[in-house]
Amino acid sequence: MRRTPMAYLWLTLGVLVFAFPIYMTLIGSTHDASTIGRGDVPLLPGPLGGENYANAWNGTGGGRIQGQPAGLMLANSLIMALCIAAGKIAISLLSAFAVVYFRFPGRMLAFWLIFITLMLPVEVRIIPTFQVMVDLSLTNSRAGLIVPLMASATATLLFRQFFLTIPREYVEAAKVDGAGPLRFFRDVVLPLSVTNIAALFVILFIYGWNQYLWPLLIINERSLETIVVGLTKMIGTGDSQNEWNIIMATAVMAMLPPVAVVVLMQRWFIKGLTETEK
Amino acid sequence: MSRPAPASHLFRGTALPWLLLLPQLVITALFFFWPAGQAVWQSLLREDAFGLRSEFVGLENFADVLADPTWLAAFGRTLLFSGSVASLALVSALFLAVQADRNIRGASVFKTLLIWPYAVAPAVAAVLWLFMFHPNIGIFGRMLNAAGIAWDYKLNGDQAMLLVIVASAWKQVSYNFIFFLAGLQSIPKSVLEAAAIDGASPRYRFWTVVFPLLSPTAFFLLVVNLVYAFFDTFGVIHALTQGGPGKATETLIYRVYTDGVVNLNLGSSAAQSVILMVLVVGLTFMQFRYVERRVHY
Repeated sequence: MRRTPMAYLWLTLGVLVFAFPIYMTLIGSTHDASTIGRGDVPLLPGPLGGENYANAWNGTGGGRIQGQPAGLMLANSLIMALCIAAGKIAISLLSAFAVVYFRFPGRMLAFWLIFITLMLPVEVRIIPTFQVMVDLSLTNSRAGLIVPLMASATATLLFRQFFLTIPREYVEAAKVDGAGPLRFFRDVVLPLSVTNIAALFVILFIYGWNQYLWPLLIINERSLETIVVGLTKMIGTGDSQNEWNIIMATAVMAMLPPVAVVVLMQRWFIKGLTETEK
Repeated sequence: MSRPAPASHLFRGTALPWLLLLPQLVITALFFFWPAGQAVWQSLLREDAFGLRSEFVGLENFADVLADPTWLAAFGRTLLFSGSVASLALVSALFLAVQADRNIRGASVFKTLLIWPYAVAPAVAAVLWLFMFHPNIGIFGRMLNAAGIAWDYKLNGDQAMLLVIVASAWKQVSYNFIFFLAGLQSIPKSVLEAAAIDGASPRYRFWTVVFPLLSPTAFFLLVVNLVYAFFDTFGVIHALTQGGPGKATETLIYRVYTDGVVNLNLGSSAAQSVILMVLVVGLTFMQFRYVERRVHY
């Protein structure tokens, strides 16, 4: 216990290292562009917060870089993150259910076909996947943005792992009651999986929200742009004369939803993280 | 894979399970096996300058890539970058986790304050660090210049590398922190008490008792961090330096992107993708084998 004060000191220092970049971003979002452009960013908030956020939201800065309205980009990111999370969870629940509760010819083959995708993140096969999207004429569409990111085995493995812990006697009981597999899925498996679904949802929502390379490649149509990609496009080559106040306001808005999800759903987040990666 | 289940514990049917598997299999086939196959196929072809004709060239693309000094330089750079990101993120996370594992008040508040950067996208993390270290407008960038250090990551390659390493590691610490803390908290208190009674100093206890018990977690995290540094940091590099100045921050994944999208050299880009796939599969296998052999709690 002797060393406890040091622990406080180090932890506080750690928190500061994490918080300071965010603090500066918040400060930057409350001043005018010329103050920042001169290099005189103060350490205290300025009076222009409301105005900057409104301009960022509507895409109406007066300067030379016209960003897309952050409101629109946030909506695009939200749709992408929600669809990826919901889609992955839905297809994984079904496939894990099939693998665990049935014995059928080709079962192991199906399992391995899915399992092997675990090893290769989308970035590795990015260019050929892009060409497939061109062949399917799915570039510049929401479907092209979202569906390829659903191909991953993590969620399937997690649900398989969890289904194996559900007592097998439930199946027997369901059969005695005359319930078929789909009924069993709906009335027994799904209600038992709620916690796992919530945990996975948090992880996948963040995964979807933070996608970068894929949206950058697949979307040229600026009205479909996501906020993370849109934000870095506003920076360009990082010129001092950028409208940094608007950029910083946009950065805050790009961070807020996923950070809020992590903080508000912390319990599920940690469960989801430590269990998907086992 | 699982313990054999008696027939009464299973449902019967062949069509239904395949139907349930169908959505995932279709998506996997379309967006995983097809492109992966395309990558392998294209890595064996070479297109002419106009993209009109392509001929089969066997392993020539691979030979070219592996003999290309700029590719080899990017490979070395990627090792340096990934090694630095992983060690920086792992060491600081372990240190913070050990502090947070102590019996202190407000531990859960500290925990919350330390885990949220996980949610910040790599590209956004880059924007935050750019805003602090911009040579003309960043608070630290100006301080460095005022102190007589010529700081400009847009001109100086080493400084650019340093900045992308720090920004990438910053974002990854909270992930490692969560796993180290979970690992520390799963060590039985009795083990630690026994060591304390034997009179071992706290530092000695940490290195002889705690750290060996954490080593499976550490190894798992090392692989995850390396994969993160290989691929997910694309956003950091693209937002901060675009691989420059020169090629000072061009990692392998960034090069795949430049060759495939900007230079439209598909054969070479595909060969590079295949090499990356082999690297990742190798890392994953190493992890499985290590975990099987060495993990004994």
